[in-house]
Amino acid sequence: MDFISVFDVIGPNMIGPSSSHTAGASVIAYLAQKMISGPIVEAEFILYGSFAKTYRGHGTDRALLGGLMGFSTDDTRIRDSFELADERGLRYVFAVNTQEEEIHPNTVDIRMRNEQGQTMTVRGESLGGGKVRIVRINGVQVDFTGEYSAVIVIHMDKPGVAAHITKCLSDQNVNIAFMRLFRESKGQRAYTIVESDGRLPEEVAGRLREHPSVEDVMIVQSEN
Amino acid sequence: MDFKSGQELLELCGRHHMKISEVMLRRECELGETDAKKVRARMRRALAIMRDAVALPVEKPLRSMGGLLGGEAKKLKEHGDEGKAICGSVLGRGIAYAMAVLEVNSSMGLIVAAPTAGSSGVVPGLLLALQHENGLSDEAVLDALFNAGAVGYLAMRNATVAGAVGGCQAEIGVASAMAASAAVELMGGTPVMSLDAATTVLMNMLGLVCDPVGGLVEYPCQSRNASGVANALIAAEMALSGIRQHIPFDEMLAAMYTVGKKIPYELRETALGGCAATPSACSLCGGC
Repeated sequence: MDFISVFDVIGPNMIGPSSSHTAGASVIAYLAQKMISGPIVEAEFILYGSFAKTYRGHGTDRALLGGLMGFSTDDTRIRDSFELADERGLRYVFAVNTQEEEIHPNTVDIRMRNEQGQTMTVRGESLGGGKVRIVRINGVQVDFTGEYSAVIVIHMDKPGVAAHITKCLSDQNVNIAFMRLFRESKGQRAYTIVESDGRLPEEVAGRLREHPSVEDVMIVQSEN
Repeated sequence: MDFKSGQELLELCGRHHMKISEVMLRRECELGETDAKKVRARMRRALAIMRDAVALPVEKPLRSMGGLLGGEAKKLKEHGDEGKAICGSVLGRGIAYAMAVLEVNSSMGLIVAAPTAGSSGVVPGLLLALQHENGLSDEAVLDALFNAGAVGYLAMRNATVAGAVGGCQAEIGVASAMAASAAVELMGGTPVMSLDAATTVLMNMLGLVCDPVGGLVEYPCQSRNASGVANALIAAEMALSGIRQHIPFDEMLAAMYTVGKKIPYELRETALGGCAATPSACSLCGGC
């Protein structure tokens, strides 16, 4: 998947006007909503850099909100995101941060709250051409792109958890492309992200949760 | 089957007696681990979106998000219909189409980035105008899109297609190079002619800066998409007539990239120079 496809050139199919400010924004929010069980009732978007400066004219706000409602980059409902969010009872607010300069120019923090009152904050960067990177989850630095199907395991940083994760995946015959562990600090909460070549079987989430140190599991399937 | 340069692409075309589009399709199937039927179906979807985007604003003019565009495609179409067009039918239609796509893009409509959203009017503009004026089949246009994809892939791999990195010459310049190469194949030219046409475009658009008013993909982007169609058409015509270029595509692409990196920061999508910094543009956008 690292090769440049003809559809990276003639594509993406997208709602305009900008692959970085519109399409990329919707992809970040789309990935973010996959990381919390829905429905999401409240969202705050904090925009940095060029996102903060030009988000209205690029429809970055509509694209973010659309992505959060599960719309893909070529979904024409993105234009009507505000109205559709209102209909769904999804409350949203956009804020800009122009102070922070040591940051990728097209960055957004998305704070989400679901019906059960759980919250999650995801930071994404839009890299151009609709490509994105998720760089933080709940303040912990991570790194994944959504180009591969990924399982994100939130767990305590204790011995045996990584072995449990690989065992569950190998039992389900999942071929691991990348596996990385990110943690707040030693012995504290950790995020293990495993990316796989094919689709991930949904059953794997239940098996992973069986370990006492595992707090939550999220599966983000690749659209490719 | 893969290639890393224009030269390797031409060697593959020569060795296997293939068109550029066939090599690109074969490459996609092999490296993407898929089959030609699926790949062509996906490209057919892109073509359908392009076809809608060139037509929609002619019926129903669209106001852009930033308010700088709206109604340009309809004006050109009506001007042409009245028999007043001075460009001739292919170019007249091509620029109307290209401006229509940017109208759709800037009003949050559905388009196909080719290679970027800001340059998305050039490839469909020229290819669909040629199809209309010459009665060509959809399958022929699909092939042409693979040809365009090959040129764009080389630009992405070996240079850049980002205005923020290389200026407008890298965005609309590359889009026009893609369109020129594809138009040559569509009209029966050889792979060598295709890459010569791509070279001609990069040469003629060398140094073009990226200076969007208000930082938005609207103005002058829309009219530059139209000029991209004109540049592509000129280059394709030259190549098809047998005019050769002294500079091979790979060298011209490298030159474009080198020039792009030398373009000052203010003229690379930052909206700090060029058109964006004119007093009238500043009063329009009211920002900064």
